Amino acid sequence: MAVNILNYPFDADLILQKKRAIKRELRTKENLLPKKIAIMSGVTVGVMQDILEIYLLANGIDPTFYQGEYALFYENLCFDDGSLAAFAPDVIYIHTSMRNLKTWPLPGDDAETAEKLAQAEAGRFLQAAKAGLALGCPVVLNNFELPPYRVMGNKEATAPGGRVRFVRRVNEILAQAADETPNLYLNDLCYLQAQHGMDAFSDQTAWYAYKYPCALDKIPYLAQSVANIIKSLLGKNKKALALDLDNTLWGGVIGDDGPEGITMGMETPAGMAYTEFQQYLKELSALGVLLNVDSKNEEVNAVAGFERADSVLKKDDFICFKANWEPKSQNLVAMAKEINIFPDSFVFIDDNPAEREIIRQQVPGVAVPDLGAPEEYIRSIDRSGYFEVTNLSADDQKRVAMYKQNAARAEMQASFGDYSDYLRSLEMRGEFGHFDAAHAERITQLTNKSNQFNLTTRRYTAAEIESLIDHPDYVTLYARLVDKFGDNGIISNVIGHIDGDAMDIDLWVMSCRVLKRDLEKALFDKLVEDAQQKGVKIIRGHYYPTAKNLLVKDFYATIGFELKSEDEAGNKEYEFVIPADYTPQCNVMETVRV
Amino acid sequence: MDMQKIQNDVQEIFRDNFDDEELEITRATCADDIEDWDSLEQINLLTAIEKKFGLKFKLEDVRGLKNVGDLLDLIERLIG
Repeated sequence: MAVNILNYPFDADLILQKKRAIKRELRTKENLLPKKIAIMSGVTVGVMQDILEIYLLANGIDPTFYQGEYALFYENLCFDDGSLAAFAPDVIYIHTSMRNLKTWPLPGDDAETAEKLAQAEAGRFLQAAKAGLALGCPVVLNNFELPPYRVMGNKEATAPGGRVRFVRRVNEILAQAADETPNLYLNDLCYLQAQHGMDAFSDQTAWYAYKYPCALDKIPYLAQSVANIIKSLLGKNKKALALDLDNTLWGGVIGDDGPEGITMGMETPAGMAYTEFQQYLKELSALGVLLNVDSKNEEVNAVAGFERADSVLKKDDFICFKANWEPKSQNLVAMAKEINIFPDSFVFIDDNPAEREIIRQQVPGVAVPDLGAPEEYIRSIDRSGYFEVTNLSADDQKRVAMYKQNAARAEMQASFGDYSDYLRSLEMRGEFGHFDAAHAERITQLTNKSNQFNLTTRRYTAAEIESLIDHPDYVTLYARLVDKFGDNGIISNVIGHIDGDAMDIDLWVMSCRVLKRDLEKALFDKLVEDAQQKGVKIIRGHYYPTAKNLLVKDFYATIGFELKSEDEAGNKEYEFVIPADYTPQCNVMETVRV
Repeated sequence: MDMQKIQNDVQEIFRDNFDDEELEITRATCADDIEDWDSLEQINLLTAIEKKFGLKFKLEDVRGLKNVGDLLDLIERLIG
């Protein structure tokens, strides 16, 4: 069975009907990331857990579940009998709906009374959520859908005691809390209800008979929405788009019709559809999603399309620009290599079903949505949640610029004979600091996103990272790299765990965009300094192989570690005895402590 | 639609739902006979039957269904 049926627009009935077979097929995938998910119940969990499992599996996450008791989310979270804490969840999802709001205002209530009620109601859910946060993991909480009937009609939206206004106010309080509370995320149930229409979504039979918050055939959408938040938190978002041009970014074939002949701009309905699609892509790019061209065209023709004054996207907006006659699958793999991400981090966008099918077969793991008509392109991508944002860091917004700088550096490298000369010419400055609250978000993100330069592939929640700040038994360091082309941001971090006069490197990750810059050596120099100050004499390095970190399988040997053991699975243990006269290994950049 | 045809369609739904291509149901089959058939699965089965036969069960309809026979009779009555 094609797991494609999980892609938007999906057949919810088929997913429900074949859930066991789908799970069976998804479980055959390799390298699934095991995670523990606690679902706390306000309303019936039931099939929601099955479908959530399916969507997590589809995103490479293998969940084990804890299910709270029916309708006891508040009690189970605030007065845990110990079972939830013992389960040690990686993520908590609170499965509640408008049906869980207990106290509603009355039609005649004044604004002050209604506000007090709203604060009290929102407070109850936030209290439960905060009890979950205290376990040190992210919490996903539903906001509330609108009530399905209105005794006062339209007035329900404006009277202080109106139920529509009340739900909107409670949602606003929750939104503010989610914005201000680290690790708390809202699942927008209210948006889902609007997306499907209230009468279709808020099915009364499903509530009365089964206590489901929505019609059964809407559960897959709800599960997908929650899964999107979770996979985003766990670093499983897509990172890049590979875009066809003709009849994808504009109407017509530019090689035949010429730049004047293609359809875009605000004059025609079809032109507007393409233009708005380009605007949508530009907004994605501003969030750090990497745009790339993968098109069968002469490059000069392709470029001419973006030179039109009414083209929202310009050639400059793309990282890789492959307009040629190579197979698109080959182009895609080449682009992945050039920008140092995995092919499965790509979403492939092409109006031609045949091209889409080739990519599905040739480059497994690439997301390939069926696009529909031009006016449906945005929806196909948007509803899939490939780029779900959970934490928006300043670095995300700069990412596109950084990848472009990388391309410039690659060009320069070609003109140098000696690699060290080249590195020195970059005028690099490495900045090194201990973990602190100001950088914890980026450190967590980097830790959970890095797959290639990652020695142990241990994942840490934000709370775990924060707990290491100033911890006497740990040496923590993050590194930022600036060079003459720009600021790469925080691109590496390391965690050393001290045990007597030895220190284990629990975690060492580095972003692949700064590979081969000797930054890892500079970071090790600082790590040695810090370790010595804490009386460490021996540093132990561990390498645990995954499908993605072969790059660093011999890394410790390259910085002077001695291999102590290796088992059949390829796990390696290394040791580094710090010499009294340790000489710094990096001499191609200025280094500063911050 | 004759009863045999209804039973065949319902059997297909059961096979899909429980992911068991060999599953054979009779009028006497009940929740005790199929390990995974609990109240939550009952909901999934009823929803799939609604879609298959183009029906919408009322709350009243689905009360007191004891076995597959009751279910088949209900479908036959509604599609009449």
